[in-house]
Amino acid sequence: MIMRPYRRWTSPLAREMEQLRRDMNRLLADFPSSHQWRMAPGYPAVNIWTTEECAILTAELAGVALEDIEIAVENDTLTLNGNRKPDDVEEGAAYHRQERRYGSFARTVRLPFRVDPGKVEARLRNGVLTITLPCAEAEKPKKIMVKAG
Amino acid sequence: MSEEKALQIEETEKREVAETGAERTRDRLAFVPRADVYEINDAIVVVADMPGVDEESVDITLEQDLLTISGYVEPEYPEGYELSAAEYRIGDFTRAFTLSDQIDRENIEASAKDGVLRLRLPKLAEAKKRTITVKAG
Repeated sequence: MIMRPYRRWTSPLAREMEQLRRDMNRLLADFPSSHQWRMAPGYPAVNIWTTEECAILTAELAGVALEDIEIAVENDTLTLNGNRKPDDVEEGAAYHRQERRYGSFARTVRLPFRVDPGKVEARLRNGVLTITLPCAEAEKPKKIMVKAG
Repeated sequence: MSEEKALQIEETEKREVAETGAERTRDRLAFVPRADVYEINDAIVVVADMPGVDEESVDITLEQDLLTISGYVEPEYPEGYELSAAEYRIGDFTRAFTLSDQIDRENIEASAKDGVLRLRLPKLAEAKKRTITVKAG
């Protein structure tokens, strides 16, 4: 392991994120795994935030227009589809560098719990997509009315 | 529409800034934004991917022939949540370019939309290309 300057590691969250990123890479390398969240590698990169019952997914989708993103949820599967379109470049432009890539994408995430598609919220802001899943509802015991007689 | 090209994750990975020379004053992770730089007759255009950055959090400086673009990202950590899986890290963006052409500093245009920074750097009149006809013989 290459030792990075210690300064980088002063933030505990940065450290945790780096460790999780490595763990995630290992998990995906062993796909399929028994992990609750299952995603085959692909674009876009996704981060998953959870509590006991709730989850938020985030992804960086710079330059993707709202109308070019489609999120579909069915039972315990979430699919993120879309298209990152190339820029409109003037005729006769000479490129010095071309590093930005474009193209279509489709990513499926297997959720650890079923989700009501009607309650999924998604927000795109400054190229960051945030998908808030409705919290898993605990199985509520059904009350049974006992009738007399 | 005919077959679309699929965007590969390897083509979009974030590259961390190498710690060489002067250090940054902010003690935060910094990435090199992917950028397209192209030249048209009267301007140089720089387009850089900086997800999470808007027009308020972008910094552009042009000193001599060095153009530096920086984008500051305030990460939003949902309160009460734990990070269960992280395929990408969040941090600032910064990149510097050396411009060969003379730029009209007064008329630099910049805009940020959907996490993409676009810069239009107009060339000074005398720097615009003149077509030179090459005669045979």
